[in-house]
Amino acid sequence: MMLDAKIPAGDLADKWDKYKEHAKLVNPANRKKLDVIVVGTGLAGASCAASLAEQGYSVKSFCFQDSSRRAHSVAAQGGVNAAKNYKNDGDSVYRMFYDTIKGGDFRSREANVYRLAQCSAQLIDQAVAQGVPFAREYGGYLNNRSFGGVQVSRTFYARGQTGQQLLLGAYQALMRQESLGKVKTYTRHEMLELVVVDGKAKGIIARDLLTGQIERHAANAVVLATGGYGKVYYLSTLAMGCNSSAIWRAHKKGAFMSGVSWIQFHPTCLPQLGEHQSKLTLMSESLRNDGRIWVPKKASDEREPKDIPEEERDYYLERKYPAFGNLSPRDISSRAAKERIDAGCGVGAMKNAVCLDFSKAIKEQGKEKIKEKYSNLFTMYEKINGINAYEQPMLISPAAHFTMGGLWVDYQLMTTIPGLFALGEANFADHGANRLGANSLLQACVDGYFVAPYTIPNYLADELKAEKVTTDHPAFEEAEQVVKAQLDRFLQSKGTLSADYFHKTLGKLLYDKCGLSRSKESLTQAITDIKQLRESFKNDLKITGDGTVNSELEKAGRVTDYLELGELMCYDALTREESCGAHFREEYQTPDGEAVRNDQDFCFVSAWEWKGSGAEEELHKEPLVFENVELAVRSYK
Amino acid sequence: MRLKLKIWRQEAATQPGAMVDYMLDDVSEHMSFLEMIDLLNETLVGKGERVVEFDHDCREGICGQCGMMINGRAHGPLPNTTTCQLHMRSFKDGDTIYIEPFRAAAFPIVRDLKIDRSGFDRVIQAGGFISASTGQPPEANSILISHDVTEAAFDAAACIGCGACVATCKNSSAALFTSAKITHLALLPQGKLEAADRVVNMVDQMEAEGFGHCSNTEACEVECPQSISVLHIARMNFEYNKALVMKP
Ligand SMILES: Cc1cc2nc3c(=O)[nH]c(=O)nc-3n(C[C@H](O)[C@H](O)[C@H](O)COP(=O)(O)OP(=O)(O)OC[C@H]3O[C@@H](n4cnc5c(N)ncnc54)[C@H](O)[C@@H]3O)c2cc1C
Ligand code: FES
Repeated sequence: MMLDAKIPAGDLADKWDKYKEHAKLVNPANRKKLDVIVVGTGLAGASCAASLAEQGYSVKSFCFQDSSRRAHSVAAQGGVNAAKNYKNDGDSVYRMFYDTIKGGDFRSREANVYRLAQCSAQLIDQAVAQGVPFAREYGGYLNNRSFGGVQVSRTFYARGQTGQQLLLGAYQALMRQESLGKVKTYTRHEMLELVVVDGKAKGIIARDLLTGQIERHAANAVVLATGGYGKVYYLSTLAMGCNSSAIWRAHKKGAFMSGVSWIQFHPTCLPQLGEHQSKLTLMSESLRNDGRIWVPKKASDEREPKDIPEEERDYYLERKYPAFGNLSPRDISSRAAKERIDAGCGVGAMKNAVCLDFSKAIKEQGKEKIKEKYSNLFTMYEKINGINAYEQPMLISPAAHFTMGGLWVDYQLMTTIPGLFALGEANFADHGANRLGANSLLQACVDGYFVAPYTIPNYLADELKAEKVTTDHPAFEEAEQVVKAQLDRFLQSKGTLSADYFHKTLGKLLYDKCGLSRSKESLTQAITDIKQLRESFKNDLKITGDGTVNSELEKAGRVTDYLELGELMCYDALTREESCGAHFREEYQTPDGEAVRNDQDFCFVSAWEWKGSGAEEELHKEPLVFENVELAVRSYK
Repeated sequence: MRLKLKIWRQEAATQPGAMVDYMLDDVSEHMSFLEMIDLLNETLVGKGERVVEFDHDCREGICGQCGMMINGRAHGPLPNTTTCQLHMRSFKDGDTIYIEPFRAAAFPIVRDLKIDRSGFDRVIQAGGFISASTGQPPEANSILISHDVTEAAFDAAACIGCGACVATCKNSSAALFTSAKITHLALLPQGKLEAADRVVNMVDQMEAEGFGHCSNTEACEVECPQSISVLHIARMNFEYNKALVMKP
């Protein structure tokens, strides 16, 4: 199958305008006859649902939390990028585009990334109008800070709670549409199957998590804005309920998956302290603006970090990457940390951490200034670890964080199933092999506020003439039976091990073999191990409780999908015989440990097609064409 | 450490519940409170029993989905801390811990420690927004807002909607939650235009949901994970009276 990204012809800078000028429209009177299902109420889902409802479409919005406001976008701390050039420091749409393409290690589409940068300024306008309290200077103008991987200040922020504030803006817009009767929200609902009729997405099967009822919902288009799947590693910066089920089940219905193994490990997370741990909390990368990263120069140093004198500290990022120093991009920073930890220079009880030190910043700017910028992060650190980071360095470590991979989408954010759209972290589109900090809140918002409200109506325009599919169509019956049969299997499981056990085992395996670095050997081993684990899951799983409110049952469904997705991640990593961005293949590195990309053979986006249970997936390739930038070695030295 | 847990178990809103005793060994001080319950649930699965249902998601104090009464206090012994951010180093070997759901007429129990807080969403639907549709807004810097006003609006906007304020209040009042949103939006120039309608509609909805009245005990502020100030309640009352007086 030839993948067509449907990128409009013409100059890079004109493509999006051209698309909008020619997109099909739906007459206002006809819009309410068209139903759209939006799964997910994070920034991507809530903004898309609200914006479509404002236009007059009938929208159903789903999330698994008890309120739409709790989607994991809420946890983003650092900020959101926009090329406003308010700092007059040389920023522009082109520069933001270039930074993002380069940050992604030249593995993303030019046209998508350019559009992201183009729409960024408008997002700040939208958020401010909604009441998002972004930081301001004393004159009343918006303030900015800089973030990893760039040399301009283009990051807008609301203390350390930018995601929360942006999400509340989108959530409130959604609630407004709900009060107007344009949106119906279904909270505590989990999508468990996509319904496809004559090759087009026509609805979903969802489970009401309060009653256990299996429900059918029909629509003219389905949007998946279900977030990232970093939780596949169990220990991650994601929320406990984050999952791949919606996109994975869509994948099994024909939607291709791309860049599946491109997972970003965030360099500034709290290290694991013990076996019981359920998550690795992120400390915003913005801390790297003022914190300096170091480890002891000598290995196995038993002293407390605060007792190690200045000359015995190795500020390895400043040493190796003088141009970007502590603000080097995430993949580079994480790998550099792993390299030092593996060399025995790690600190902390499990020797699995590096220091993030604020003493210089406090000396230069005063404690009050640091407090104003980061107080909530310092408080959070103390709550979790019981340590006061104004007095001694924070201990941090890389953790699984963001999935650049996801459902393949074309320029319109439509998957390979017509009528099925994927927005936000759930798609693969804009970040290539590595995402720049503060670009993903942006992407989720741009997808939902500014892109989908043009591209979905363009699709819906033809739906008006099509025959309306209702929930008594046999495809719904069939999908419902599949879901019910799986739930019954879980409830009748006779093993002894909990769903969490399998999740943790899979996570550990992926950390070791398909994590910050991978090799042919580790990946081949991982594939064998995962197959075994999947067999064991079939026989040894134990689910207690009934078919109504049952968190164990919910977990089983998520883990079953992770066990398939994990394997595809390994295949994706195995077949990409190069190092790029977050994907570091040990076989492909320079003598001093830098990634070696192979543009000759791998300048493409992988797109995997499900071929049925037990069969190997088929790899399709979308070639990446660079007409506006030159492929360069990505250096931050 | 070894703990004795007394946990509220209840099948459904319509059925009676009761405290049930559990002994739990091998609890580490580094565990979060929810990880301690994970451990308990793991042992329950091992024994073939139904697990303790509780709400949680982000486990980093920001989504507002977790929340339990722990030894009679919303979110447990530490002030201004969510249940997920509470760690077992706040307890000691041999402790007995009472764990119950947040209780309020407007928060019906779903099962065990899970409750229904959808009333909060309906309060927001009544007016907790600025009517700015996608595409309408002017250039962001055309709305100047002083640093201090922004910071004050942020302080109110930081609410995570967990419901600890309601659970703590002897009247089960949602005044802190509602007033935080009213202040956030009323302080900002963008939000002033709709301020009068907003406050009246939100307060009406709050009452319709069955939340109680505020009698100024200020208990809520102590438990609020974001330290939202009770002064917002005063502002809400001010805005409310202003709205009634100014009503055209
Ligand atoms: C701790 C942390 C900090 C971050 N900080 C930053 C930052 O500073 N800047 C930045 O740009 N990015 C940051 N990111 C990344 C960014 O927050 C996310 O990529 C982005 O918010 C994702 O938004 P989303 O709308 O795609 O998904 P989410 O916000 O994750 O929303 C997913 C939605 O899908 C729903 N859902 C999922 N599966 C199902 C299902 N099966 N059925 C029904 N509903 C379902 C959920 O209920 C939820 O509503 C951070 C991420 C994390 C984890
Ligand atoms: S789980 Fe999100 S605030 Fe506690």
